[in-house]
Amino acid sequence: MPEAERAARRVGLVVNPVAGVGGRAALKGSDDPVLVALARERGAEQVSPGRAEQALEVLASDGDGLELLAAPGEMGEREARARGFDPVVVGTIGEATTAADTRAAAAAMADAGVDLLLFAGGDGTAVDVLRAIGDRVPALGIPAGVKMHSAVFAVNPRGAGEVALRFLRGNGAVGEGEVMDVDEAALREGVVSARLHGYLRVPASASRVQGGKARSAPSERAAQEALGRYVAGEVLGDGLYLVGPGTTTRAVLAALGLEKTLLGIDAVRGGRLVAIDADERTLLDLAGPGTKVVVTPVGGQGFVLGRGNQQLSARVLRRCGPANVVVVATEAKLAALGGRPLLVDTGDPELDAELSGFRRVITGPGREVVYRVSS
Amino acid sequence: MTRLRPFHQASWNEPILHEQTSPGERGLLPPTVEPEIAALAGDASSALPGELRRSAPPGLPELSQPQVLRHYLRLSQETLGNDVNIHLGLGTCTMKYSPKVNEELIRSHKVADLHPLQDDETLQGILEAMWRFERTLCEVSGMERFTFQPGGGSQAVYANALMMRAYHAARGESQRDEILTTIFSHPCDGAGPATAGFKVVTVYAGERGYPDVDAIRAAVSERTAGLMITNPEDTGIFNPHIDEIVEIVHDAGGLCHYDQANANGLFGITRARDAGFDLCQFNLHKTFSSPHCSMGMPVGASGVTGELARFLPAPMVERDGASGRFYLDYDRPDSVGKLRAFHGVPATVVRSYAWVLALGGEGLREVAEVAVLNNNYLAKKVAEIPGIEISFAEGNSDRRLEQIRYSLERLQQETGLSTLDVARRTVDFGVSQYFPSHEPWIVAEPMTLEPAETVSRADLDTYAAILARVAKEAREEPELVRSSPHRSTVHYMDPEPHNDPERWALTWRAWQRKHGEG
Amino acid sequence: MPYTAHPYIPNSVPRIKEEMLREIGAASIEELYGAIPARLRLDRPLDLPPPLASEANLRRHLEGLLDTNRSCKETLSFLGGGCWPHYVPAVCDEIASRGEFLTAYYGETYSDHGKMQALFEGASMLGDLVELDAVSQPTYDWGTAAATALSMAGRLTGRGKVLVPESVAPERRSVIHGYCDASLDVVEVPFEPGSGLLDLEALRSLLDSDTAAVYVENPGYLGTIETRSARIAELAHEAGALAVVGVDPISLGVLEAPPRYGADLVCGELQPLGIHMGFGGGLAGFVAMPDEERFIAECPTFLIGLAKTSQGEWGFGEVVWERMSYVTRGDSSEYAGTTQNLWLIVAGVYLALLGPRGLAELGEGITQRARYAAAKLGELPGVEAPALSGPFFKELVVRFDGTGKTVAEVNRTLLDRGIHGGVDLSAAYPQLGQSALYCVTEVHTKPDIDRLVETLSEVIA
Repeated sequence: MPEAERAARRVGLVVNPVAGVGGRAALKGSDDPVLVALARERGAEQVSPGRAEQALEVLASDGDGLELLAAPGEMGEREARARGFDPVVVGTIGEATTAADTRAAAAAMADAGVDLLLFAGGDGTAVDVLRAIGDRVPALGIPAGVKMHSAVFAVNPRGAGEVALRFLRGNGAVGEGEVMDVDEAALREGVVSARLHGYLRVPASASRVQGGKARSAPSERAAQEALGRYVAGEVLGDGLYLVGPGTTTRAVLAALGLEKTLLGIDAVRGGRLVAIDADERTLLDLAGPGTKVVVTPVGGQGFVLGRGNQQLSARVLRRCGPANVVVVATEAKLAALGGRPLLVDTGDPELDAELSGFRRVITGPGREVVYRVSS
Repeated sequence: MTRLRPFHQASWNEPILHEQTSPGERGLLPPTVEPEIAALAGDASSALPGELRRSAPPGLPELSQPQVLRHYLRLSQETLGNDVNIHLGLGTCTMKYSPKVNEELIRSHKVADLHPLQDDETLQGILEAMWRFERTLCEVSGMERFTFQPGGGSQAVYANALMMRAYHAARGESQRDEILTTIFSHPCDGAGPATAGFKVVTVYAGERGYPDVDAIRAAVSERTAGLMITNPEDTGIFNPHIDEIVEIVHDAGGLCHYDQANANGLFGITRARDAGFDLCQFNLHKTFSSPHCSMGMPVGASGVTGELARFLPAPMVERDGASGRFYLDYDRPDSVGKLRAFHGVPATVVRSYAWVLALGGEGLREVAEVAVLNNNYLAKKVAEIPGIEISFAEGNSDRRLEQIRYSLERLQQETGLSTLDVARRTVDFGVSQYFPSHEPWIVAEPMTLEPAETVSRADLDTYAAILARVAKEAREEPELVRSSPHRSTVHYMDPEPHNDPERWALTWRAWQRKHGEG
Repeated sequence: MPYTAHPYIPNSVPRIKEEMLREIGAASIEELYGAIPARLRLDRPLDLPPPLASEANLRRHLEGLLDTNRSCKETLSFLGGGCWPHYVPAVCDEIASRGEFLTAYYGETYSDHGKMQALFEGASMLGDLVELDAVSQPTYDWGTAAATALSMAGRLTGRGKVLVPESVAPERRSVIHGYCDASLDVVEVPFEPGSGLLDLEALRSLLDSDTAAVYVENPGYLGTIETRSARIAELAHEAGALAVVGVDPISLGVLEAPPRYGADLVCGELQPLGIHMGFGGGLAGFVAMPDEERFIAECPTFLIGLAKTSQGEWGFGEVVWERMSYVTRGDSSEYAGTTQNLWLIVAGVYLALLGPRGLAELGEGITQRARYAAAKLGELPGVEAPALSGPFFKELVVRFDGTGKTVAEVNRTLLDRGIHGGVDLSAAYPQLGQSALYCVTEVHTKPDIDRLVETLSEVIA
């Protein structure tokens, strides 16, 4: 279709100007305003405005075809103007930006019906965006944070610009990306406590493995469904199994006609749910030798245990037996790891060692891969 | 510094044939029927059963002969085959010169107009060529027998999976239903066994780019029927533990198939059987110079040990010891049956036989050595380009063999442009767009290059210069690369309609129905 | 001693090799093979005949060898049975020998635009013949096309059995079994030995709720046209199965487009369309299907689609690439690979040359010649021709039982007189006695047929 016939596409921009500051100051995050101030005292420079501008530079090459909506001041407007855009400014901010400002700006842009919301930040910013827009409009993260466990970020800032440009120029296919956050206070104490907050709709080509010929979002869904049917029908049987969070494991329950809680652990026996969104205590009550545990990598880092599914604690896993951990993942999800191992972090080094090594991962009907698991 | 020549590919804007139809024009007249025949047979088609008689003429275009010829010659000009471009971008495909004399030999009626069921006595020449070429492949691989029936590497892998199945069944071990393969082996090493009904277990690569011996050890079991593996895999890295891997699979009771699609650097260097493999296959349309025919005329020559020979498909070419005459042996009761009709593509066997005759043993080794030299020379030039790296090179100083999977990840980080953009832009410099990688893309932003022995040093310099130029453009003029190609036959096409049932069009009929006239 | 420069290997010049080695910092070629352990190295030269490095010597040697073949240009041949003698127009040979097409491989939308267009047009013209909107890129041959069509039917219906006529070519049947046995029960339906047509009673008794497809061919291996095709398709549909029809496309100027008598999937063989037999290497198959997402999703072959570029030009690309085994790897139902694409280009050239009128005239002429041959052969004492009562297109079963001679004996004597008789059916179809399958096409003239009849009369005397 000739370029001229294309309607102008609207893209929103929200920059969390303090994202990434904590990383430079070795503070493992920038969620806490006190810490942000501390980081700035330590002389940490802002990271995200520059990253956002890199993405905008790519977008600017299609300036005529785009209408840019930006949050005010350093939350987007300034970066947009620096790259030659004349953005429509949406929302207001006070003297120091807060998470509330991010949420308000993102919500306003979803209200304005943007075709894509670009945000620069890290996991905390992603959580704010998720709370503000849910699944109303697609979003894409410009990676600028300290922690990026969420699977909603492009591989790098310019990549974000390219992905956005192609998404807006082209077909608009979307997939789902997990939004996760790690409790920073705990992390600073050396305790990892990750939480899965939900799923943003992201351009299907956001992940680095997805080039022009990789699987599209619909076919990735189909792959998940086929995998789910196979695991539900041929692998698990009638015994008890505990199903961790993730879109792939959701497909296992869907194959049984069951609805999975998106973020929690569900227990199934004989094709019926026996526990929903179970906590560790419930799982300990249920689990016994031979109980199967079905997990899938959650987020972009390759964790199968210990991030976003901590309810499956070392004690629960010990009770079931490490051999009964069934790892499922579509080929696309594994490929997205770029050869990096799958990770386990149950907080119990001995158990982690038992779970590590070369394990079989079920990737499709009758199809497995032998993949390295590390702790 | 190599200067790049100004280039523009032929761009005829040639309409679809159906758009050119001119009712009443004829391109060819069928031979007339003699009056005596017509008189005796009458209006024969009216004697056909009514409901099976054609009720409406097919919607074929109507064109005179010069119009048809011109159309197709224009289309041929809009195609960059190996004969006209530096075709080293198709890694894993072993694009090399296909000698013209071989084409003349197989176009002769002595090959082209043979019927596959003629009496053996009228086929002595072609049977001898096939028999002698089989001996050649046995020497090159160390295997005992070969069949040329499989069409291409994929069907050869499938055939060898069938033979593994037959072998285990004959031993009463039908519970062996798993085939192992590796992530950097060709996708057909998984797809072939899957078609044959096996469950496929894929072993991922370790840090050095090939599977760890321990990963294979963890993967085998009493269900293991066999292993299908390439070496070097598509990374061009030779797995030095290959014989240990074979031994592990053997100890578990499985058979091992060596996919030798990547054998161009190995002639006279190392052999499948000597590493313990039980089966292997060569792609004659790749390694043995037979032309790629727009994805056609393949032979996947499938080789096996003496123990497995009884499972090979029928017929086999044999020589009668007493008379020295060659014959086709169809009496093969343990055979896995036919893979395709008749004898595959014998012309491709003749071409490859001619190619080997032109080289001899010493020449074959020269092929391998120069292919490896070319690859390492190109690698040096390409790795000097900022933003492009050799995959799995960190801490690994081993030389690569005949091909390399590169990564443009750094360039992507700097520019946002992907390897697909770069590949598309290279077309503007007169080379076919390069092959990134089979799926899944384990190496980020991949590019797989394989300069076979038939490219010159100047060709290698030119190709590296094209890549350097496009990498520079990606930094300085990204839109030029993103919106490329600009000097090819056609301009950028959004691939998405080809995934959309409402819009895709596999025939002109479908296009007209969905989109109207043109 | 350094290797002398070989004409196929530019960098085999010792000086160039040395310079290149210096450039990459390697002392020797041997160093490049350092990754291969010594225990895996071949420690001797390959034991092959000395090279014929000069093209003149090579040609002389190989022409000498191949000259001992006797081609169908040198004999009068009535062999068919899956690979047939048809006239190959000069333009077809010209296009088939173009270096660009001959040496292209996997270039796509841009660098191989012309190849993609030619392949799209080939598929389009097959679509015209069979009146279906979606046509695959080539399979290896008719048999592999049938196997794929039946496998698709199995997946489309979720059923486990396919019914195949016993009269399908023995080789084709073997291909179908080898390919489908892992996922389907392939059950053979007997034919009526008198007519060669499918035994409808047997078909009815075999059709059940697990039947995915019924397969018939027009014309079949034994030459006959399945007159009750519409009824067979109806029976299949009543049982919830698909009707799959195999065709020889050169008959489609006079024979009906299969969907008009109920076919859901059509497969067939391209070799008759301007392609030399090549000792069987001229074969290429195709599968045609409705343009529906569920059919496309199950099609394992390459599919080429038409679209517009950003500048409004015609452009071509792969349709739903991700369904292919290149992406699905070990998760595939069917593998894909390099097949016989050049022959789809040539078949397209052929169909464009003939056009609708040419194809109809050709079909009419072939039918007349075959009938003439049948009539003349049938006059010979002890010879039944046609031995089957069903209507036929270009092949017919000729029975020699009444002559007291076997087909092998007849063919042996014919060959001594420069004639290849028909394919011997006696081993594969004992119920047909001493029968042979004779193929008559547009390449056979009246004198050719008369010569066969005269020679046979002497042979059986």
